[in-house]
Amino acid sequence: MTPERAAEGLVPEAKSLRLWDRLGIKTKQAVWAWIFLALPIAFYVGIRFYPTAQAFWLSLTDWNLLRPPNFVGLRNYAKMFADPVFWKVFQNTFLYLILGTPISLVLAFFIAWNLDRVRFMHGFIRALYFLPFLTTAAAMGWVWRWFYQPLPIGAINGFLSWLGLAQQPFLRSTTQALPAVLVPAIWAGLGFQVIIFLAGLRAIPQTYFEAARIDGLGEWAILRKITLPLLKPTTVFLVVFSSIGFLRIFDQVYNMTTNDPGGPLNATKPLVLMIYQTAFSSYQMGYAAAQTVVLFTILLIVSLIQLYVMREKT
Amino acid sequence: MFRTAKAAALAFGVSVMAMGSARAVEIEYWQYVFDSRVKAMDQLIAKFEAANPGITVKHTTFPYADYQTRVVAAKAAGQGPDVVQLFYGWLDNFVTGELIQPLDPAVFPHAEIEGEFFPIVEAMKRGEDYYGLPTAVRSLALFYNNDLLEKAGVEPPANLEEFLKVAEATTQRDGSGNILSAGVTLDMAGQDHHWWREVLIRQNGGEPYDAEGNVAYDSEAGAAALKFYTDLQTEQKVGLLGFMDEGQAAFRAGLAAMTIDGTFRLGAFAANPFAWGVVELPADAEGARSNYSSYFANAIGATARGEELEAAQKFLAYIASPEAMGIWLETVGELPARRAVALTEENLNDPIRAPFLKGLEYAHTTRFYDEAAQRQTAIDMVNRVLLQNQPVAEAVAEAARAEQAIIDAARK
Repeated sequence: MTPERAAEGLVPEAKSLRLWDRLGIKTKQAVWAWIFLALPIAFYVGIRFYPTAQAFWLSLTDWNLLRPPNFVGLRNYAKMFADPVFWKVFQNTFLYLILGTPISLVLAFFIAWNLDRVRFMHGFIRALYFLPFLTTAAAMGWVWRWFYQPLPIGAINGFLSWLGLAQQPFLRSTTQALPAVLVPAIWAGLGFQVIIFLAGLRAIPQTYFEAARIDGLGEWAILRKITLPLLKPTTVFLVVFSSIGFLRIFDQVYNMTTNDPGGPLNATKPLVLMIYQTAFSSYQMGYAAAQTVVLFTILLIVSLIQLYVMREKT
Repeated sequence: MFRTAKAAALAFGVSVMAMGSARAVEIEYWQYVFDSRVKAMDQLIAKFEAANPGITVKHTTFPYADYQTRVVAAKAAGQGPDVVQLFYGWLDNFVTGELIQPLDPAVFPHAEIEGEFFPIVEAMKRGEDYYGLPTAVRSLALFYNNDLLEKAGVEPPANLEEFLKVAEATTQRDGSGNILSAGVTLDMAGQDHHWWREVLIRQNGGEPYDAEGNVAYDSEAGAAALKFYTDLQTEQKVGLLGFMDEGQAAFRAGLAAMTIDGTFRLGAFAANPFAWGVVELPADAEGARSNYSSYFANAIGATARGEELEAAQKFLAYIASPEAMGIWLETVGELPARRAVALTEENLNDPIRAPFLKGLEYAHTTRFYDEAAQRQTAIDMVNRVLLQNQPVAEAVAEAARAEQAIIDAARK
């Protein structure tokens, strides 16, 4: 076989080979990476990004599921911002956030910090704290709903009247209902936060503490100067995680107030519940989409703040 | 040997041909999940299929909360049900959404519908067309716990004055005045908003809606009706909104002497571990009574055509037949929608069924546009009075504005 003939026969293949060969190892790795990433990207585009874009479009229409959507411009947004219920709900959503996140984090840290020192039945106690996290929110909501009942069946009111105190309306009050819903929500998330804090605490090298103690630092100073600063990544993660959780609160509220969802008088209604009712009870899909866009924006801002805080750290 | 095979082949051929001629039509029936309704419908389908070989009915159910969404989504996908159940209050949505088609007057003559069904079937009519027929209808009545009434030495009430007396006599309170057992349940999210809307307002000389269907209860009558209701908690202290979570739960637990509820509750109350009874909703001082009645109807899906439409019509006619209504009454406990089946000697002498049947005679059917949202306006109205001490007249006025806005939005 002459060299020419061999070359002739190989021409098309050789060309393509050369094209692939010409690529550097970095480029090849990148190509392979993109090939492997293509599947999740296609998935995300189809399942996440497309519906998100669709929701933005729907928020500009009057779609009610039954008739084809008509473009109505920003009318849904105008209606929303003029609706006192929306502002009440907006306020509730942030109340869940600004009460729920700090209280749950302080509690979780306090428990984790103490639990970290407990040797006796450590695993068992930790499991007890984690247990509520494994429970279905619906079941928990219903049990708490009965705790809050008036006499003669409400456990808490039974206790209060046994002490000789007046019974409290709890879920039947415009002021007490939101905190009453928040308590089980905090309790349910506590186990998870305690576990994460414990892991964070365990990750701090013991040598720091030993050195500090040798230098004569008190426990309070150790906590402030060493534990808390080194725990910052964990804390930031939990702040973001629980913030998003409280901004999206739904199960507890819905299950504890099913007869008058989000009531009484919208006192407990969070944004997600309002979206659910607008969409699946009143079938105003366009209006519900506009509310979703607002929720999306809030969550986006919270996430951006998270990124900013994290970058500052590194 | 050969002849046997030939005969077998022939028999096979004949049977294939027979199958071909009675070609099976399958139609789909949709309703929401409610145990006794599903059982009753399974019985009806079995009987219908036995009487109509060649038609099979596929019974599909969805959770109530999803039900309307599923119907609408199926329509969008072009594969809706052939026969579908709907609440009378959803009719406007279903008609404008083209989910159902009008009933063919040749198959379902109007004269027959109007002559044989209770007048509330009118709520299924839009323009010249009927869009559906009910199997059963519901009305309200006052349930009482006979054990509690006997213990207090009182009789079931016939009018509102007696109603208040019985409530007071049966209420049990602790030393601090907390209710331990209620005289009457207060549950606006249950049936009480119907009681207020269609009964108490009328008994106070008002009307909930005018002839055009606009809110008309922002009046002295509306306020007086609301005052009567909220006074049960604030003045008489014979009930507490949220007591035992729900009115029906309080009654079932034997911790409420009276509750207002519908026929659909009969099944759940059947197992109550105490003696209970039913009387008509209390009359006013002049003896005037009113009631609220409602129903789920069955309609023919918009996509049914040709022989499917024919089969759907046959099926609808069967489930609206006297026989089907009898089965429904036995299984679900809801009242037959045809006068002749409902108002039998036996039913009218039945101590449980009779009060509901009498209620049907003078019942009103509210024209709802968005039932959940309209009920919410009534719930909020009562809450504003009880939780925020809003004056009754203002609460009624605010509720009227909110409900009228819902009606206006729906009519647009």
